[in-house]
Amino acid sequence: MSAECKTESRLEKVLRAGHFAVTGECGPPRGSDAEAVRKKCLLLKDKADAFNITDNQTSVVRMSSIASAVIMMQEGMEPVMQMVCRDRNRIAIQSDILGGAALGIKTMLCLSGDHQKFGDHPQAKNVFDIDSMQLIQTVRRMRDEGKFLGGDDIKGVPKLFVGAAANPFADPFEIRVPRLAKKVAAGVEFVQTQCIFNMEKFGEWMKRVVDRGLHEKVFILGGVTPFKSFGMARYMAKNVPGMDVPDELLARMKATPKENQAEEGIKIAVETIQQLRELKGISGVHIMAIEWEEKVGEIAEKAGLLPRPSV
Amino acid sequence: MVIGERKPFDEIIMMLGGHKKVLVLGCGGCVTVCLTGGRDEARVLSSQIKMARDKDGNPIEIIEETVERQCDPEYIEQAAPIVPEVDAVLSMACGVGVQYMAERYKDTPVYPALNTTFVGGSTKEGFYVEKCQTCGACKLYYTGGICPIARCSKSLLNGPCGGSTKGKCEIDPEVDCAWQLIVDRLESLNLMDRYEDLMEINDWRPNRDGGPRKMVREDFQR
Amino acid sequence: MADFEPTIVAFCCHYCAYGAADLAGSMRLEYPTNIRIIRLPCTGKITPVFLLRAFEKGADGVYVAGCLEGDCHFIQGNLVAKPRVNYTKKLIQEVGLEPERLEMFNMSAAMGPRFAEVAREFTERIKGLGPSPLNKKYRKISEQAA
Repeated sequence: MSAECKTESRLEKVLRAGHFAVTGECGPPRGSDAEAVRKKCLLLKDKADAFNITDNQTSVVRMSSIASAVIMMQEGMEPVMQMVCRDRNRIAIQSDILGGAALGIKTMLCLSGDHQKFGDHPQAKNVFDIDSMQLIQTVRRMRDEGKFLGGDDIKGVPKLFVGAAANPFADPFEIRVPRLAKKVAAGVEFVQTQCIFNMEKFGEWMKRVVDRGLHEKVFILGGVTPFKSFGMARYMAKNVPGMDVPDELLARMKATPKENQAEEGIKIAVETIQQLRELKGISGVHIMAIEWEEKVGEIAEKAGLLPRPSV
Repeated sequence: MVIGERKPFDEIIMMLGGHKKVLVLGCGGCVTVCLTGGRDEARVLSSQIKMARDKDGNPIEIIEETVERQCDPEYIEQAAPIVPEVDAVLSMACGVGVQYMAERYKDTPVYPALNTTFVGGSTKEGFYVEKCQTCGACKLYYTGGICPIARCSKSLLNGPCGGSTKGKCEIDPEVDCAWQLIVDRLESLNLMDRYEDLMEINDWRPNRDGGPRKMVREDFQR
Repeated sequence: MADFEPTIVAFCCHYCAYGAADLAGSMRLEYPTNIRIIRLPCTGKITPVFLLRAFEKGADGVYVAGCLEGDCHFIQGNLVAKPRVNYTKKLIQEVGLEPERLEMFNMSAAMGPRFAEVAREFTERIKGLGPSPLNKKYRKISEQAA
C-alpha cells in the first residue's frame, strides 16, 4: 500500500510506515465530568498509537465522541472519533466532521450503530439517513473532492483518515468478505474487526480477504478483548450478537480457578495477538478492554508491542 | 393493505366519556381485511362499550353502521343522515378514514377506535406483517423484491449490519434479517454480483420527510 | 347471595353436546334448570358477537359445548371455536366481567353424565361469582336493598 500519507493521522503514519499498529478504546462517561475522561486517558497514554472513542455505544447516552476526543487530545493522545448513523442525519454528520477536524481530530471510524432498543432510550426515533458505507463515501468525498454531499465546495477541507468496523463472525458468513470489498470500494482506509476468539474462523475470513487482494487496499487491525472472568466469557458467548466464542476457550476459562481467571484472560489475549502477527494481511491489533482500560498496557507489553514507534 | 389494531379498551371508554349517543362506524376497506375495523369488529366493540357503560350505570346508545370505505368523499357521505343524530362518531377506520370523517362532519367529534400501525399483508389468516414504508422511491429491483427500508430495522441500504445472527435481526430473534433474505434471494436469482454494487445515498424527499405527499392523475382533472 | 339463581346460556353443537344433553335427559340425570341450551349445527359457528350478546342481555355465565377434539363432525369446527372463546374471555375481561364466566367444554354424544356434570359444576362456579353486573333482575334487587 502507498507509503504516502493523506492526513496527519498518527495511525495512518504508523500503518503506512509498515509498523504493526496498536489501537485502544475508551468509553466516555455517562455525565459531563471531564475528569472521568482524563482518568481513563492517563491509564492508556502511550500504550497504543490511537484510541477509539465510542459514540453512544449500545444506544446508551454518554458524553459525545467529539467532546471526549478533545479532552483526550489535551492529554497529548490521538483519538479516533467514532460516528454512528443512528442519531444524526447527513447535515449533522457533515457538520460534526467539519467540527471534529477543526478541533484537531485526524481519524474517524464509520459505523451503523446499535439499534436504540438496546439502550436507555428505546422510545427514541432513529435516523439512519445514510448507512455506514455511505458515511465512508461521505468522508472521502469531503476530504478528497472538497465537496459537501449536496455538491457545494467546502472551504477548509477536513483531513480525516477513514476507518470502519468489520465483523467476520456475523451472519451470513459468505457475504462478510464481499461486505469488506464494498467498504473498500466506498473508500475505507482501515478496518478494525470484532474481537477475535475463534481463530479458525478468522483465519478462513482472512484467507478469502487475501485471495481477493483486499489486504493490499485496506489496513486490517484484528480486534482483541481479554476475558476478565469465566462469567464474562460465557456472557459474551451467549448474549452478544455477532460474537463467536469457541467451546474450547470457554472450557479453558472455566477450568481456571477463579482467582487466576483474569490472568488467564490476559494470557489468551496475548496469545491471540501473537497469532495475529503471523497472519498475512494483518496490519495491527485493536485492543478493546471494556471497563478494564488499565490492562491495555499490560497486554501490549506482554505481546511485545511497547514502546510504540515514533513516526 | 393498511393495518391497524384496536386501541386499548380503557382508552376508547375514556374518549366516549361524556357522550350519550354514538355512531360506531366500521370500514369495509383494509381494516375489514385485517380483521380490525370492519362490520364484525364494529359489532363486537359496540357490544363491549354498551356493557361497560351499562355496568358503570351510565348507559350509552350506539348506532352501528359500516360503509364501503372511509377514504373517499362519496362513501363517507353515506353517514350523513346518521351523524346529526349522535354526539360523537367512533370511527373504526384507519387514520385516513378518521380524518376524512372529521373534516366532513365538522360539528361532531370523530374519534379513532384504532391505532393505525403499518402497511403490509397477511402471511396467514389473522397474521400481518409490515412490508412497505412508502418511501416513494422503490428499490425492490436491486434487492430481489425484499424491501430494506421497511424490513431492515435500521433501513440500511448496504446491509447487513454486524448484529445479524442466524438470519435474524439483533432487535428480536423473531424478526428476520432483511439483508439475509435479500442475500438469499439474490443468490437464488444468480444476481449476487449486484450485492457488491454500492447503493446510493437515499433521497428522502419522496418519503414523508419531504412533507405530506399527494398524487394526481392529470387526465382525471376537469 | 344465598338465593341467587344464575342464568346460564349453553351453546351446544347438534352432533355431540346436544346429543349428550338428550342422553342425559333419557338417563333421567339431574342437572340444574339454570341452563338454557341453544343448539348450533357446530361450535365453529360461534363468533365473539354471539357470546358477547348473551352477556349483554344479562347472562351470568355462558359456555360453549362441542365435540371432543379430533372428533368434530365438521372436522375442525371445535378447533376454530376454541381460540374464539379464549379471545372472548379477554373481551369480557376488558368490560369488567370475570373471564371465568365464559368457558368451552368438549364431550361426545355418548357422554350424558359428563353433560350433566358440566352443567352442575359451571352453575356452581357462577353461583360463586355472583350475578353479572349486567343482570338487570339482580341489579334492581341490590338497588332496592341499598
